[in-house]
Amino acid sequence: MFRFITSRFLQSLLALFLVITATFFMVRFVPGGPFTAEKAVTPEILRNLEAHYGLDQPLWRQYLDYLGSLARGDLGPSFKYPNRTVNEIIFDKVPVSAELGAISLAVALVLGIGLGTLAAIRRNTWVDYVASSFGMIGISIPTFVVGPLLVLALAIHLGWFNASGWYGPADRVLPALVLGIAYAAPLSRLTRGGLLEVLNQDFIRTARAKGASEFRVVTRHALRGGLLPVVSFLGPAVAGILTGSFVIETIFQIPGIGREFVNSAFNRDYTLVLGTVILYAVLIMALNLAVDIAQAWMNPKVRLES
Amino acid sequence: MLRRSCSAATFALRFLSLTGPALPLALLAFLVTGCGKNDSTGAGQSAAASITPGKKILRYGNGAEPQDLDFQIVTGVPEHHLALTFFEGLISEDPQLNVVPGVAERWEISPDGLRYTFHLRADAQWSNGDPVTADDFIQSYRRMISPALGAAYAHMLWSVVGAEDYTKGKLTDFSQTGFKAPDARTVQLTLRQPTPFLLHAMNHYAWYPLPIATLKKFGAVDRKSTPWTRPENFVSNGPYTLKEWRPNQKIVAARAPTYWDRAAVKIDEIHFLPVELADTEERMFRTGQLHITYEVPLTKLAVYQRDHPDSVRVDPYNGIYFYRFNVQRKPFDDVRVRRALALAVDREALVQKVTLAGEQPAYDFTPPDLAGYVSRHAFTADLTEAKRLLAAAGYPDGKGFPKVELLYNTLEKHRTIAEALQQMWRKNLGVDITLFNQEWKVYLDAQHTQNFQIQRAGWIADYVDPHSFFDLWETGGGNNDTRWGSPEYDRLLRTALDAKTTAARYEVYQQMEKILVDEMPVLPLYFYTYSRLISPKVKGFITTPLDNFSWKYADLAP
Amino acid sequence: MTSAPPTSPAAVPEPIEPGNSLWHDAWLRLRKNKLATFGLVSLSVIAVACLLGPLLSSYGYEEQNLDLGASAPSAAHWLGTDTLGRDLLVRLLAGGRISLAVGLAATFVALTIGVVYGAVAGFFGGKLDAVMMRSVDIMYSMPFPIFVILLMVLFGRNILLLFVAIGAVEWLTMARIVRGQVMSIKKMEFIEAARSLGLGRRRIIFRHILPNMLGPIIVYTTLTIPGVMLLEAFLSFLGLGVQPPMSSWGVLIKDGAEKMEEFPWLLIFPGTMFSLTLFSLNFLGDGLRDALDVRSSKD
Repeated sequence: MFRFITSRFLQSLLALFLVITATFFMVRFVPGGPFTAEKAVTPEILRNLEAHYGLDQPLWRQYLDYLGSLARGDLGPSFKYPNRTVNEIIFDKVPVSAELGAISLAVALVLGIGLGTLAAIRRNTWVDYVASSFGMIGISIPTFVVGPLLVLALAIHLGWFNASGWYGPADRVLPALVLGIAYAAPLSRLTRGGLLEVLNQDFIRTARAKGASEFRVVTRHALRGGLLPVVSFLGPAVAGILTGSFVIETIFQIPGIGREFVNSAFNRDYTLVLGTVILYAVLIMALNLAVDIAQAWMNPKVRLES
Repeated sequence: MLRRSCSAATFALRFLSLTGPALPLALLAFLVTGCGKNDSTGAGQSAAASITPGKKILRYGNGAEPQDLDFQIVTGVPEHHLALTFFEGLISEDPQLNVVPGVAERWEISPDGLRYTFHLRADAQWSNGDPVTADDFIQSYRRMISPALGAAYAHMLWSVVGAEDYTKGKLTDFSQTGFKAPDARTVQLTLRQPTPFLLHAMNHYAWYPLPIATLKKFGAVDRKSTPWTRPENFVSNGPYTLKEWRPNQKIVAARAPTYWDRAAVKIDEIHFLPVELADTEERMFRTGQLHITYEVPLTKLAVYQRDHPDSVRVDPYNGIYFYRFNVQRKPFDDVRVRRALALAVDREALVQKVTLAGEQPAYDFTPPDLAGYVSRHAFTADLTEAKRLLAAAGYPDGKGFPKVELLYNTLEKHRTIAEALQQMWRKNLGVDITLFNQEWKVYLDAQHTQNFQIQRAGWIADYVDPHSFFDLWETGGGNNDTRWGSPEYDRLLRTALDAKTTAARYEVYQQMEKILVDEMPVLPLYFYTYSRLISPKVKGFITTPLDNFSWKYADLAP
Repeated sequence: MTSAPPTSPAAVPEPIEPGNSLWHDAWLRLRKNKLATFGLVSLSVIAVACLLGPLLSSYGYEEQNLDLGASAPSAAHWLGTDTLGRDLLVRLLAGGRISLAVGLAATFVALTIGVVYGAVAGFFGGKLDAVMMRSVDIMYSMPFPIFVILLMVLFGRNILLLFVAIGAVEWLTMARIVRGQVMSIKKMEFIEAARSLGLGRRRIIFRHILPNMLGPIIVYTTLTIPGVMLLEAFLSFLGLGVQPPMSSWGVLIKDGAEKMEEFPWLLIFPGTMFSLTLFSLNFLGDGLRDALDVRSSKD
């Protein structure tokens, strides 16, 4: 196990380096720069600006400088927000997105796995139809529709919540609900599909034949194997949910990091793009590692291979 | 508060039986449009609207998170609103565009129009209690034009002797420039050429003073990104001072007790909320979370104008929406094609059926009645003439017209306008044009490298004078981007500023406008308006056509 | 790889060798499934309507009527008109061509790459798996908007790019799901048995392992299709994808969402069409899964 994790860590470090390198050069080849504006700045001023940020250096030099400061844990200054550093922006905003993400994740897991399990064990009954319909509706109505609909209904017409904002605990309810449902829907479908696959297998039949209660059969035997696809899905999904959602954070005016993933690209805020990419890459690699460990635990026959 | 009838809900319900999947949507639609209570126009019933009694707090939708509060290095509209709140320049403009005293209580202009002398009021103070001195202004100007800072708006100060050379590094001795402070309360500017609109231009935040003593605490004055704009360090000289800054959440501006005209300031705090989405803003306006919004969603404007005319405001905005031709690409190298397209647009239909915000159709290149200038050369839409021109150019009824792409940046409004024009040209001229949208910065890159055939564009002036529109089309000008140029036009532009009287100057502009109408390097569509939702409780919030306003005149009813 | 000896070779279940009759039986089972039949029929109806509808309509999808503007459903315009006075029905059907084509084609690409990639990584494991899965991690981490803009800069505006861009992101999770399943199934008794019978690897993967994980694959595929259709709307925003005046379901829903209070039909009809398609797909997918499940027929 220790060897396995060490090896994965080294592999991931290499992968991270490749991600950083590729992203560094990609953002610079995209048309438009951080100082491209509708009212053109004069060439002299543009030169002065670029000199300030070291953009007048050859690209390889900038790349090495970036790696150098990265090694010191410094993600550089933001181009869009001159008086803030990328470190600051990330440390300011990640907790917000993570808080929203954690609540949404809880909603998603309880709703998604719960409904999916119910649907699978009561297959082709009305329970299944209701649960499955929930999943399909959740998938087919995108968050940018659900969000405004809930705001109109619950905030404007009933006056229960703020239309948007991130001040008190009540402000967490609507965005967490929308984001939670958005993930619960696919989770419920995957859980149902995965469980159905397992419920017909021999070891479950054997367990049933031995007189185990249905509850025990499901929780002890079926869920372990049946949740394999769910767990695979959860790796990237949790990374996504914890780093916030562009749509939800924009609709609900939430000061999270999710918006920066998209906005930094649009602003050509090179350093912030890289900062967010590094954040996401680290999370995705850690979570995919966690998934692999979880799957080995869920299925004792799978060994961790380094 | 939007008084919606039940029709939408019943409409939704009628389709309930149609299909199973429609059910959830229809149910939600019912909830939303639900002929519910809470229909009254009323702000402040919401959970967050916790207000300390007696304190006047105005919540202002400000579009986006400001880049910074260092107003020498920012450029956007949200930043503009904040600059107006925290700082004050030598002069100011009242809502009627008259120049009124700011930090300077009076000023003189030399008869040749080249020397401006400003006398600072004795009671002008920074929010830390220090007096605002002439040296603060001179040091701020020096910083603004210094190469090290690289301020995007440095060129706003280039009318002063030596300023341009200083920015470009050709002049390193600042004392050689025309910025002088003969004593602690006198600022003197020497111009390289008469600039009749200088006082109006000086209302731009590029001309505002910065707290130099505070800046110096955090390193060299012309250094970027020092922490002087953090709430704990920030010092300002305007009607408000920074109390709190929570990035992407809110900026709290509190009434400055040090401001010389503090008695005129009536609102205690202004909360600037950086709400990016117009729809979100509109919903926050309805729950009372906002008193003033940054913009109005396209389809909502008509609804508000019909049902709540007292909650919406549409003001003229000193800008023009136009399409830019690349005059070196076929077929727009032919002036007849450019004119044909321009004459074949039904601008009345465009503003009345498509853009819907009370815009003025544009048949010339300067907004109507701009500082007293009215164009005499406006063209008229003329379909027969357009067809004739197109045929003369070799494309009778659009036959053989080359493949043309119209470039615009991704925004629903731009798309809708482009779709409408595409249809007009097809119907009126038989010309088929494909539409193509690009992400904002890719689009800007295409513009600045002239990599387009026709491109959607807009221009908002930096000061109220026709010059700021004619300046644009100088050959090779930084914002021309049409590759069009005319020596005669350039010559007129140079002579305009030397005109002895405003009337004489405007005569020169008339000649320039004639050239533009004949040559049509761009296709004017309409003159902008600025629309916002504003609670009836907000009194005296009056904007100029540059969207300048002073909080001094505003009040908030309980 | 570790070699776990087969514990109970006797437990090798039913037909290892599905003959042609498997597909025939599956089809028969599918036809008996009412929901699946409904899904199949309604999908066909939608597809045919999208293909032929715009040809039969008296309105063009780009044809405006500025004087009419947005109007509620009426005899002249069954589903109403949008703000430029264009017939919503014909725009919905024309847009459906784009959405269905993109949804199905891009999903097919993602499905193929994802399944093959995941199966190979999961089956062979070891160093190959490590390289392949770290590559997936890298792909996950790339900044998508930048990637798309760069694609367009490098290759111009080619509709094929739409599939490349969508395919590039959508196969990743599929690959991880399939890999997880393969790693689990390959250790099961019947696979060990097949191995001990000396069957080739390819045969084992595609004949024995894949059929046992069709459930998750089908489910995830039906999840991918709506994702792809909505992703297309985002790509349109970046300048890739359909250009106006043509539209797609994703774009119509996005526009409708912004006008839902004033002109609810602009959201309700595209939304309904979209939901109907997804319901049908899911019914069909569930039915297909049941029909192909060799064991479930005994229940």
